[in-house]
Amino acid sequence: MAPPAMHLQSGSVSLEHSVASESIVTLDQVAFGYDSRAVLSGISLHIPRGKVVAVMGGSGCGKTTILRLIGGQIKASAGQVSVNGRDVAALGHGDLYQMRRRMGMMFQFGALFTDLSVYENVAFPLREHTRLPESLIRDLVLMKLQAVGLRGASALMPASLSGGMARRVALARAIAIDPMLMLYDEPFTGLDPISLRIIADLIRELNDALGAASVLVTHDVEASFRIVDHVYIIAAGRVIADGTPDQIRNSTDPQVHQFVHGESDGPVRFHYGEGAYAADLGLGPRP
Amino acid sequence: MIGALDAGLRHVGSRVIGGIWKLGCATRFSGTILRRSGETWRRPRLLLDQIHFTGVLSLIIIIVSGLFVGLVLGLQGYETLKRYGSAEALGTLVALSLVRELGPVVAALLFASRAGSAITARVGIMKSTEQLSAMEMMAVDPFARVLAPVFWGGAISMPLLAAIFSAFGVFGGYLIGVVLIGVDAGAFWSQMQGNVDFRDDVVNGLIKSAVFGVAVTLIALFEGYDAPPTAEGVSYAVTRTVVTSALAILALDFVLTAFMFTGV
Repeated sequence: MAPPAMHLQSGSVSLEHSVASESIVTLDQVAFGYDSRAVLSGISLHIPRGKVVAVMGGSGCGKTTILRLIGGQIKASAGQVSVNGRDVAALGHGDLYQMRRRMGMMFQFGALFTDLSVYENVAFPLREHTRLPESLIRDLVLMKLQAVGLRGASALMPASLSGGMARRVALARAIAIDPMLMLYDEPFTGLDPISLRIIADLIRELNDALGAASVLVTHDVEASFRIVDHVYIIAAGRVIADGTPDQIRNSTDPQVHQFVHGESDGPVRFHYGEGAYAADLGLGPRP
Repeated sequence: MIGALDAGLRHVGSRVIGGIWKLGCATRFSGTILRRSGETWRRPRLLLDQIHFTGVLSLIIIIVSGLFVGLVLGLQGYETLKRYGSAEALGTLVALSLVRELGPVVAALLFASRAGSAITARVGIMKSTEQLSAMEMMAVDPFARVLAPVFWGGAISMPLLAAIFSAFGVFGGYLIGVVLIGVDAGAFWSQMQGNVDFRDDVVNGLIKSAVFGVAVTLIALFEGYDAPPTAEGVSYAVTRTVVTSALAILALDFVLTAFMFTGV
């Protein structure tokens, strides 16, 4: 087992990295499809160190697929996904797992291990990857829980947590081994306004404290625009716009405008499928 | 007419191809579990937890069922043997039936419904709530950390459970035959001791139950892992585990018996 990377990055280290501002994640003309249905076709994006980047789009447009590609859980059918300059698809089993040790991912509903307490959930990656003495694990777990404000919940079981608390525990677990890249899958879905604000602020603060890069897959415009540095908007498997939140908000592209301002009808139609309404009701000639 | 025939043929074809496809997936899945089993043996704690989950928690149903099967064997066996004036052979009858057949088979059927279904539901729900995915993203291999220990836990528990089942069955036969009906205790035990061969009967029974344990646990793990991430998906998977396991146990039992006890 390789020696664990346990140092908390100091301010000077993260400064050094942000000056370099190299891409931690690069997607170059990536395509992916299930069976014959194309999900992504020719996506390119860059995630620089120190930045929080949002990947946005309507439900089912392949946003989560992007996170799975970055994590190496699926392989692109065309194009290249690289993390820290290495092609993810070309990594063997061992190298892939080595790479994942520097990543943290927060799943949509937390994906906490339901048979373990909050404390044990956060301790899980530490126990699996390091041989630290129990006293040190305890200190680290309590520090991570303190960072998300849940030190007092360490003895609870996941079943007795609210949705927002479960996601904060998942966040503490994801940062347990100080990742250089954080992936968030729909972190705001189904949260009350207070929890939503807490999670959003934590994402930003933790990214800056760790000197990491964060990718946020979401469709929540308000919550994410407040904290991210850069936004990619995806529709029909392609990047249709990217820029800072202000640039996106003021975009004149009708599709981007419809998405950002949440209009129910526009280039993305309210009605699914085609066909004249009158014909379906038998009031006119059938096509 | 031609259209219906065509559709029928297509349906049969796709079912056959789907079945072969699934069998191939299951084989590769089993291979992966075996390849990633190293960690299970390096960390006995993982294995012990799973032996507890599959074995210890199945003890009650195994003990109670074993006892009742033994009681019934005692009653029925005595009734039949009495006609031929050989009621003293009751011990042999009860022990051989249990050790060779009923112990491994009935214990495996109970194991499939108690532990197999629990394994499928657990793995299916872990997968559908993305717990396995989360583990993978934490650079912890779910095959090595979760699935392989469950497999070995099941494979080790099953022969032990079958042995416990047989032991309680023999005790049940003793209660009925000796204590209740009054067969001579000395004859009951000495006939049993004289006619049950360790290698041919006990070891063969243990081999059977080990094979059943491997089969049931692999079926349960694969069905759970392969289940669609929905409530119906997991519920169908649990049903399929119990049905497929039961058929596999009975089919394997026939094949093993043919090899072991008739010299075919």
